[in-house]
Amino acid sequence: MSEEAPHRFGRGVFLATVAGGISSLLWGKAAWDRLSHAIAPVESLVPVLPSGGWRIYTVSGSLPRFEERTWRLEVGGHVQQPLAFTYRELLALPKSEQISTFHCVTGWSVKNVHWGGVRLRDVLARASPLPGAHALEFVSAERPYVDSLTLEQSSLQDVMLAYEMDGRPLSRAHGAPLRLVIPEMYGYKNVKWLAAINLVPRALDGYWEQLGYDRDAWVGRSNGYGT
Amino acid sequence: MRHYVRRFSLTERILHWANAIGFFFLLATGLILYLPSLAVLVGRRPLIQDLHFWSGVGWVSVLVLIALLGDRRGLRELAREVDRFDRDDLRWLLGRRPAPQGRFNAGQKLNVALTAAFTVLFLVSGLLLWFGERDTRFRFASTVILHDGLMYVALALLVGHLYLAVINPATRHALRGITLGTVDAEWAHRHHPKWRRE
Repeated sequence: MSEEAPHRFGRGVFLATVAGGISSLLWGKAAWDRLSHAIAPVESLVPVLPSGGWRIYTVSGSLPRFEERTWRLEVGGHVQQPLAFTYRELLALPKSEQISTFHCVTGWSVKNVHWGGVRLRDVLARASPLPGAHALEFVSAERPYVDSLTLEQSSLQDVMLAYEMDGRPLSRAHGAPLRLVIPEMYGYKNVKWLAAINLVPRALDGYWEQLGYDRDAWVGRSNGYGT
Repeated sequence: MRHYVRRFSLTERILHWANAIGFFFLLATGLILYLPSLAVLVGRRPLIQDLHFWSGVGWVSVLVLIALLGDRRGLRELAREVDRFDRDDLRWLLGRRPAPQGRFNAGQKLNVALTAAFTVLFLVSGLLLWFGERDTRFRFASTVILHDGLMYVALALLVGHLYLAVINPATRHALRGITLGTVDAEWAHRHHPKWRRE
C-alpha cells in the first residue's frame, strides 16, 4: 500500500499556514469584525475574549492607586479660577451617559462600552478659561503620561470625563477614578488616571506623540491608517 | 527484560526542549501583557514588553543555531519524514484502521508542520508589532489579531500535545523518547510498526 509515491502534505500544510497567516495582515481585522458582529448575541451571555477584549497599556512601573481622601482633579493653566475637584464634588456635577466604541491604534476595539461621567464643558465652565487658552493638556497620575486636545476637539459632543464603565465605578486598570473618553480618537488620547487638566495656548505632543504617533489621532484617519 | 531503541537524536531533543522552554516563557510574559487581571497584578509593562520581545528574538535565534550547529543531515531527514504522507497516513487521519505508522504518526507530522509555521508567523507578527510601534510603515490593523489568534490556536495544540505526552496512558511513554532518546521496543512496534520494520 505504501509503495506508491507519498503526498508532500507536510510542506503543503506549512506553506499554506504561513501564507494564510501573512495574508491575514490584509484581511484579519475585517474578518474578525464580521465574526465578532455575528457572535455578538452569544458574547453577551458567554464572554468569548477575556475581559471583553480590553488590554491594559501602561507606560510606567506600576498603576496609580486611587485614594478618595487625597485625590483631586486640578483644573489650572490659563483660567480665571483654578480649581481642585474632590471625587464627591465631581460626582455631584450633572451626570451624562453614553455608549461608544473604543479603538486602540494597535488594531483592537471594544464595542458598546457604557460610560458614565461628566461633560468637559461642565468642568471647564466653573474654571472660566481665559481668551488665550486654545487647547487642553490632560495630565495622568501615571507619570510621565500626558496628552492634549484642542478646545475644538474637546468640545465634540461625546467627549467625556468618565468615572463609570459598564455600570460600575471605573476600575484601577481602566484609570480609576477618572479618565478622558474621546471615541473619535485612538485610545492613547483617552488619558487614564486623570489628575489635572491645564488650559494651554496650543496643543502639545503627548507621551506617544513624542514617540512618533499623530497628535490628531482620528480613528481610521491617522497613524498610517486610511491615509 | 525490556529492550530500548533510539527514537530521537540529541539534536532533535535539544531542539524540542529549547522550543518548549522558549514557548512557555513567551506564553507567560505574553499573557501578562494580554490579560488585564495579570497586567494589573504584575505592572511593569515596559519591562515585560522588553522581556517578551527579546526572548522571542532569542527563542528563534536559538532554534536556528541548534539547526546549524547540530546534526544537519538528521534534521533534513526529519523534514523529509514529516513532509511525506503515504496512504496509511491518510487512512490514519480519517480514523481508518489498520493504518501502520512510521517514526511519526500522521498527527505528529501535522503538529510539526503547524508548529514550524506558527513559529514563523509568531516571529513575523511580533516583529511587526515591535517595529509598528516605532514606524507607521510597519503598522497593520490586523497584526495584533494575527499574533493573538496564533496564541489561541498554539495553546489548543499545546493542550492536546501535553495530554498525549503526559496523561494518556497509551501514548505517554513517548515522553521517554523525547527526554532520554530511547523508547521501549515493544511499544515502538505497536505504535510505529513501519519505523521498526525499516
